Amino acid sequence: MTSKDLLEINNLNVHYGELQALHDISLKIRRNSIVSIIGSNGAGKSTLLNTILGINKPTSGSVLFLGDKIDGMQTNRIVAKGVSLSPEGSSIFQKMTVKENLLMGAYLPHTRVNTAAKLEKVYRLFPVLKEKAGQQASYLSGGQRQMLAIARAIMSEPKLLFCDEISLGLAPIIIQDIYSTIKEINEEGLTIVLVEQDVRRSLKYSHYSYVMLKGRIVLEGKPSELLEGEVQDAYFGLNKYIKC
Amino acid sequence: MEIIQSVLNGLLLGGLYAVIGIGMSLIFGVMGLTNLAHGDLIIVGAFVCMTLTAQLVGSVWAAIVITVVIMAAIGFFIQGFLINRVLDKGAEPALLTTFGVSICLSNTLLLFFGADARSISSSFATANAFSTNLFSVSSVYLLDFFIAICVIAVLHCILQYTYFGRSVRAASDNIHAAELMGVDTKKVFSYAMALAMVSAAIAGLLVGMTFIFYPSTGTQYLIIAFGVVVIGGMGSLLGTLLGGIILGLAQLLGAYFWGSGYQLLAGYLVLLLILTVKPEGLLSIASRK
Repeated sequence: MTSKDLLEINNLNVHYGELQALHDISLKIRRNSIVSIIGSNGAGKSTLLNTILGINKPTSGSVLFLGDKIDGMQTNRIVAKGVSLSPEGSSIFQKMTVKENLLMGAYLPHTRVNTAAKLEKVYRLFPVLKEKAGQQASYLSGGQRQMLAIARAIMSEPKLLFCDEISLGLAPIIIQDIYSTIKEINEEGLTIVLVEQDVRRSLKYSHYSYVMLKGRIVLEGKPSELLEGEVQDAYFGLNKYIKC
Repeated sequence: MEIIQSVLNGLLLGGLYAVIGIGMSLIFGVMGLTNLAHGDLIIVGAFVCMTLTAQLVGSVWAAIVITVVIMAAIGFFIQGFLINRVLDKGAEPALLTTFGVSICLSNTLLLFFGADARSISSSFATANAFSTNLFSVSSVYLLDFFIAICVIAVLHCILQYTYFGRSVRAASDNIHAAELMGVDTKKVFSYAMALAMVSAAIAGLLVGMTFIFYPSTGTQYLIIAFGVVVIGGMGSLLGTLLGGIILGLAQLLGAYFWGSGYQLLAGYLVLLLILTVKPEGLLSIASRK
């Protein structure tokens, strides 16, 4: 693996009991890029994320972060290394205030420095969170929850940020907003992986894409070089992908 | 005007009940576990404190400091080596584990101390803090209440304003998300249990100074803790204080109106009433700020 790669996954297989959920997944995440992992429901995206974050253990294969093997490590150790996830369905701490949610993002001891500056930074990216700082998080709207989940994930100043299903259930105008902020965060140097069902938008914003189908990566490439029909077929499992 | 006396005693006794229940409420709030050993752990605290006071250090205050440390360590190990191992396997194994711990503890106490009634002697036990024509306030009841307020205030501050406290609340709110923040939730549970046992140690001291106790009285305090937590709402600190006071008042007013034989009955009638009207408790965790 070259030093340009932040994360490298080699021949990863994951089973739930007898059932094989991931087949031979290999991928690389380049430093400072936005990478999208696209797939429909049940394509194995969440299993892949859970395996990277140490919630599932792989049966074979490896996950390397900055050259270190992280598969099999405990989640909190992996997070401490600089991997952060903004979870699907923006699972925030509902009974805590917005500010407390953000402070939880900087929970690990080595991330507890410059908290005020980091809060200022995420408030600048998501001004609405500053307005609602003292409110209980359960009062936020869907879009605001998603913003809070992303803001919380970057409070730890990670090296790699996974965003799971940002656009799920949100109005297009809000998705647009969040995506521009994602781009802004990336331009400040953070590597981002978008895990999405929203094909068109994630292709538009990413530098490299992987398409997953039934636990396999069936297509990859730069969005500019991928043909729309090809992506569609891979996503829905049509034509040559049908045998998968 | 004996009723003033009853109300006053019920109120002050409520403070003691709140300390008895607060550790159980904390553990339920954090990991959804009903700790059936809580009452026995309080009595272990009372025995440790009694032994230290009588035989080693001489002063109740020095004894409670050591007891707190011992009980925190016991809590840490019970959680770390027993409960954490079964917590992933559903609610029942963890519940049974605490039941097993409860039986082991009360029988160990019986083995070492015998079945005799004990108490922790102190200068407070019989004195009155002040008295008027209408009522008198016993020193030990006043101390119970004062310490209860302190314990609840300190716990509140820890949970509200420290990184540890936030991690406890985060783990109870959304354990998956807490893991993603880098929280080692198993470790947080162990520390939370240690904290609950600090409150149990203090409850043990107060129970030991206020009443007599036997190795088998743990169950009695488990039931009080249950009552307090159910009335107040699982996981709410303020609710625990409120629950304690309501239970204390109900018992002593029951005794005032119907005679002392009805003291316990009156307490649990109120418990049943509240379960009927507001089954989630008066200030359940769901309605907490």
